[in-house]
Amino acid sequence: MTSPPSPVTDAVTDDAPPGAPVLSLSHASKAFAGVHALQDVSLDLYAGEAHALVGENGAGKSTLVKILGGVHQPDEGRLTIGGEDVLLHGPGDAADRGIAVIYQEPTLFPDLSVAENVFIGRQPLRAARRIDSRAMDREVEAVFERLGVPIDPERIARGLSIAEQQLVEIAKALTRQARVLIMDEPTAALSPVEAERLFAVVETLRGEGAAIVFISHRLAEVFAICQRVTVLRDGRLIISRPLTGVTPDDLVRAMVGRDIVYGEHEVHQPGHTVLKVERLTREGVFLDISFEVRAGEVVALAGLVGAGRSEVARAVFGIDRYDAGAVQVNGTALRKGSPGAAMQAGIGFVPEDRRQQGLVMEESTARNIALASLHRLQRGGLIAPRAELRFAAEWAKRLQVRYGRITNPVSSLSGGNQQKVVLAKWLARRPSLLIVDEPTRGIDVGTKAEVHRLISSLATEGVAVLVISSELPEVLTLADRVLVMREGRLTEALSREQATEQSIVAAATGQPAPTAQTEAGS
Amino acid sequence: MAADSSPSPGGRITLATGNWRGLLRWDSALVVALAAVFVLGISISPQFTSSYNLFTTSTNIGDLAIIALPMTLIVITGEIDLSVASILALSAELMGDLWLHHWAMPLIIVLCLAMGVVAGAINGFLVTRVGLPSLAVTIGTLTLYRGLANVVLGPLSVSNFPGSLTSVGINGFLGIPSISWSLAIFALLAIATGVMLKLSPLGRSLYAIGLNQEAAFHAGIRVKRIKLSLFVLSGFICAAVGMLYAFELSSAAENIGIGFELQVVTIVLLGGVSIFGGRGGILGVVLAALIYALLRSALLLTSSFNENDFQVVSGGLLILSVLVPNLAEFGRRGRELMTRRGRGTGGTGASPAAEPTADV
Amino acid sequence: MSTAAPKPMNAVSDASKAGTLANPRSLVDLVLRARTFGILVILALFVLVTYLIQPSFLSGSNIRFVLADTVIYALVAIGETFVVLTRNVDLSVGSVVGLSAYVSADMFQAHPGTSTVVVFLVGIGVGLACGLVTGAITAVGRVPSLVVTLAMLYIIRGVDTIIVGSGQVVANSLPNSFINIFHATVLGIPDLAWITAILVGIAAYHLRWYRSGRELYAIGSDPAAARLAGIPIARRVFFTFVLSGMIAGLAGVFWSTQYNTIDATAANGLELQIIAAVVVGGVAIFGGSGSVIGAALGALLLQTINVALNVLGVPSLWTEAIAGFLLILAITLDRGIQLRLAVALRKRRSHLGG
Repeated sequence: MTSPPSPVTDAVTDDAPPGAPVLSLSHASKAFAGVHALQDVSLDLYAGEAHALVGENGAGKSTLVKILGGVHQPDEGRLTIGGEDVLLHGPGDAADRGIAVIYQEPTLFPDLSVAENVFIGRQPLRAARRIDSRAMDREVEAVFERLGVPIDPERIARGLSIAEQQLVEIAKALTRQARVLIMDEPTAALSPVEAERLFAVVETLRGEGAAIVFISHRLAEVFAICQRVTVLRDGRLIISRPLTGVTPDDLVRAMVGRDIVYGEHEVHQPGHTVLKVERLTREGVFLDISFEVRAGEVVALAGLVGAGRSEVARAVFGIDRYDAGAVQVNGTALRKGSPGAAMQAGIGFVPEDRRQQGLVMEESTARNIALASLHRLQRGGLIAPRAELRFAAEWAKRLQVRYGRITNPVSSLSGGNQQKVVLAKWLARRPSLLIVDEPTRGIDVGTKAEVHRLISSLATEGVAVLVISSELPEVLTLADRVLVMREGRLTEALSREQATEQSIVAAATGQPAPTAQTEAGS
Repeated sequence: MAADSSPSPGGRITLATGNWRGLLRWDSALVVALAAVFVLGISISPQFTSSYNLFTTSTNIGDLAIIALPMTLIVITGEIDLSVASILALSAELMGDLWLHHWAMPLIIVLCLAMGVVAGAINGFLVTRVGLPSLAVTIGTLTLYRGLANVVLGPLSVSNFPGSLTSVGINGFLGIPSISWSLAIFALLAIATGVMLKLSPLGRSLYAIGLNQEAAFHAGIRVKRIKLSLFVLSGFICAAVGMLYAFELSSAAENIGIGFELQVVTIVLLGGVSIFGGRGGILGVVLAALIYALLRSALLLTSSFNENDFQVVSGGLLILSVLVPNLAEFGRRGRELMTRRGRGTGGTGASPAAEPTADV
Repeated sequence: MSTAAPKPMNAVSDASKAGTLANPRSLVDLVLRARTFGILVILALFVLVTYLIQPSFLSGSNIRFVLADTVIYALVAIGETFVVLTRNVDLSVGSVVGLSAYVSADMFQAHPGTSTVVVFLVGIGVGLACGLVTGAITAVGRVPSLVVTLAMLYIIRGVDTIIVGSGQVVANSLPNSFINIFHATVLGIPDLAWITAILVGIAAYHLRWYRSGRELYAIGSDPAAARLAGIPIARRVFFTFVLSGMIAGLAGVFWSTQYNTIDATAANGLELQIIAAVVVGGVAIFGGSGSVIGAALGALLLQTINVALNVLGVPSLWTEAIAGFLLILAITLDRGIQLRLAVALRKRRSHLGG
């Protein structure tokens, strides 16, 4: 099927659930190192239903998925599958019980063939317990045929696109006769065409009686393919009900916990050009990107995940190399491929992945804040530890970072405070251009507003700010101008007045936006 | 090269904070062990503290301990250099060969040091620019440099170095009879390295690289250049020690310094430096070097022990220095598991931190 | 070390955007197949060039000599391949061969008249014991295999030295029937080469057609995914070390049939030659891909080069340096191919998907 069914005509459910749940999790809780990731959450899954699981980052969706997938074991709570109480001791257990999980980044073995990936650990055997590879290939081929996708079962998995990898994961689930199929943000990295194909597959499986859990930040997708919805917030269950009669606004409210999260936009007076990017190209990633950011303005780079926004930012800062084009900062050409040179030119870069790129998690808060300013803290080649602590404490205070001890590992802070530490690290260098990739990903609502105020006041002080965000309301709150990318190209430059959710979505997807098209969450 | 090491986010946090405290505990344990080894030595033989024995001991450990310093820096950044003993040998045998051909000693020394720089640069280039794992690269260059050393000198043995230089194997540092030149040099270098590691921007960068290379790179740290320089430094030091060692032995011959890489890695890991990078310090390495030296000296004073027997002890120490913290960690998790089970919360009780045992 | 490990799926995420489902059989497949073929080509070229310079190189006796000389390397390379496939390494094989060689040969000296079968069993038993210890510390104690096997290299060698003491096994204490094992041929090919070929065949068959074999590739390919897939990682890794030990034990007995005079330095440094052979033979040093046949060919190539250089008048002192050089050359080339492939995939996608 090519066009997604509308929620009204396709809703097979009334409020009454169709029979007993296939899987039922009741009152589950899970804590990591004393922090509650999930508290008293219950979930019922029914055959033939697609169940949406939504919530902001950090709401506990991943933990819930990992509990269902047997990766984590709940501290409290009961799991019933097919009416029977079960304990899942590991991923293998879950698989044996008919639960299949497709993670956002599929976990295939790059060196094994597609068919082997589907059947690893349970390959069909023939005489003398040898693997019957012909039967294996045949079966996988049959599954792909059923899904309508042409993947060669004998090729190795290295080099498959994310979409293809997901289909291999689905094939794995199908050959296991999975009754429950959990998909964690499957469309995040897919093109619209690929997403459509995936929806068609999901629809087929649902028709065959599978219970599906669908996690997505794109509410339009949720309304297109799901019949039931569960909303999590801060590890707690907010809503779990049929989707009929629920509006996107209801879901957003449930997810964020209040009606208005975003402050008013503050208008800035732009000055001279700080960053000038000319015809920047990295083959296969982004093409012919040109734009400017001026002192005292906030420019947002919007677009779908995978459109190449972060990649452009990374290339500007020198993390990745680029094939063609040029970058100028304050009128001077910037050497490519050198974060050090970018920093010297006055650029600060708050990366997308806080845990992997932004912070050294095992190091202390103080050392993380000081990490980019070490050369300023040295006297005669040595760092005075006390000066370093003072420096860090001062910046932590300016950004209102809430920490226990500044010498404790930064991993002991909450997500929002960790993000402020990353910001402090860069602001301490007094940059003339700050690039912020997903400024508020996975942080709580209160801190979110603080970060927004901070970014806005930076612009007021004359800093040029380039923000990359997948949250449209955030883009609209912060940006003086919006640049939209689609499939590696800059497709639209919108002024403050032109920028609306509709116009941005239209430019990001290349289609006029249906009214329900809302990007929420991160 | 662990069979598998990917703790879940929740587990990693507790593990990490535990490790800092663990390191302090490890250093204290080393102090206790050092005292114990000292007592053992004295009780084995009164010769243990004789200035002759102390001199031999300090000569033996000095060379290894000097090499352990750059090795510590390399391991802290999450890499390893197994080619150290081969560079040492190449330097010593090159020196022997050139001396045999009547080259001037100052020129020989410069050449050998330059050779060490080149050898280290090759390691560093392959690791940082080509992007190969340092383990594979330095296993390769271990073989290559040792092979070249064999080719350079062949089966010959050179022993007629100038007496003024070979006196380092006979006379103590500045006339102090029980302290060798190599130990004195080690002491100076250890202080410098320790200060650098603890207080300089470079030191901070090394730990950041070892803990999270990507985040370090994002903070503007020149990860590749730093690693390359460390391999070059290691090559330089090994070449210098190679000559020093040959002077001490008053001989350069085939198989010189063979197996030193094990002893150096043992000292570094025994010193509490994590093989996965990012953890450890010079104090631990100094203590480990002393323990290693005194234990060796004490055991060799007993009639039943010889060099080869100590090889077994040395290998055992290496395994224990990684295994013991692991076992302690298992024990801690095990106890946690028991208390959790005891609470009877209705969950399965297996925390992600306890998972490693699940696939055994 | 771990931080330098290339992320296996990098190429994929780089190229994640554009979706082309209609991919013909991939470039990657081709390259991997070409890898083993490449060794054969180099081998053939080397043999040809040496033959043209020195025709006696291809005489029947010289071929027998090369094959006989390759046997121990190819044999030990089987076990090493199993270990390396799982993203581990066994540096202790040389010491195991040495210990087994002495202990087994010493049986004849200590108990004259011992049956050859018993001697073989003792040799394999010695290897088994070593493998059990290494495997247990690595798989159960979770100590990185590099550390464990580096330590075991010296521990086992130390034990060997202690056992040997000041003595050695000399040729005339070995029965002729035992020494003749090395010289026996069938159809002009040494018996031991036949045995090795058969073992290589069995190992290749196991790795290709059995679940437990495929799972070794899976573990080395992506340990985290292997855990998610419920593969018993520790058990499999343990098994590879036990196997590597046993094979090294067997090779030790072969060693004593070949060299007859055994002291505590037997097979010193052999592990480096073996790792060179395995890597030159196309087994990825970070696991997940490669084959025992490739590894055996790698051993054959290395030995052929050594013998050829000898025939051409290059002193045998060069053996070690050449092995090291080839090891580095092989990993460098593999890395180069891998990088080019990643770029090619990225660019090709952009053309098809744009």
